[in-house]
Amino acid sequence: MIGLEHYLTVAAALFVIGIFGIFVNRKNVIIILMSIELMLLAVNINFVAFSSYLGDLAGQVFTLFVLTVAAAEAAIGLAILVCFFRTRGSIAVEDVNVMKG
Amino acid sequence: MGFADFAFYLFAITVVTAGLFVVVSRNPVHSVLWLILAFLSSAGLFVLLGAEFVAMLMIIVYVGAVAVLFLFVVMMLDVNFAELRGELAKFVPLAGLIGIVLLMELALVFGTWTGAENATALRDAVAPALEETHNTAALGQLIYTKYIYLFQAAGLILLVAMIGAIVLTLRHRPDIKRQNVLSQIYRDPAEQMELKDVKPGQGL
Repeated sequence: MIGLEHYLTVAAALFVIGIFGIFVNRKNVIIILMSIELMLLAVNINFVAFSSYLGDLAGQVFTLFVLTVAAAEAAIGLAILVCFFRTRGSIAVEDVNVMKG
Repeated sequence: MGFADFAFYLFAITVVTAGLFVVVSRNPVHSVLWLILAFLSSAGLFVLLGAEFVAMLMIIVYVGAVAVLFLFVVMMLDVNFAELRGELAKFVPLAGLIGIVLLMELALVFGTWTGAENATALRDAVAPALEETHNTAALGQLIYTKYIYLFQAAGLILLVAMIGAIVLTLRHRPDIKRQNVLSQIYRDPAEQMELKDVKPGQGL
């Protein structure tokens, strides 16, 4: 029988893979954005699993909001990426020091 | 092992493997395709959990919009990705260490966590029985009544994101001829046109 813990384990594995991806792809912003999407997916799995096992629909409603924010974040992130590529001709994160921040 | 258990393990293993390949894949286009597989199998997990609306939304929004957006950007940018991947091995020990530490922390929680005593009493929106209302209808009744302001705020976030993306990527190139509608409208026939009486055998 599949319990709540099974889903939480999958979500935890996916979240750790997302963090691993951010640290392992230090230069490639596109893969970093994809890793963030993976982490948000793990959060969504947790939300839906708890929602299903507790019989509370609020978790699924909040999944919709996480989905919305994830989509907006991807759109803005990729727009910034395109903008950056036009000015610098590269997408390496290490080159992002124009503002000396 | 019943069919539901088998489906769970199939989707779970697929989603974790696809997630891993997103991160370690050499070609970013392959990464996006693995990401699509991860989203599809997580949609399968959601169907198993009885959240079919979220599952369909996952396919429509993530696979249909977000992943395609990633694919567009990956293919549009003329970047030497092999060069970016070059130092991958350098970061693997640090990333692996962080990953293992985090995984161990989550494993510590795994055996000992318990739900709150009054968790069922604290439910915000009790899901109706399946015979009563289906998942999509129940969610609709909830979103458009109790969470209407949050729903509108989500729409506003999408609007702001759309405007922001357009503002960031739109550029006017000066060397391209454009139609100036206003100057076309304000052209006056009396000024632009002149009738000449040309005599036979003579030029102007």
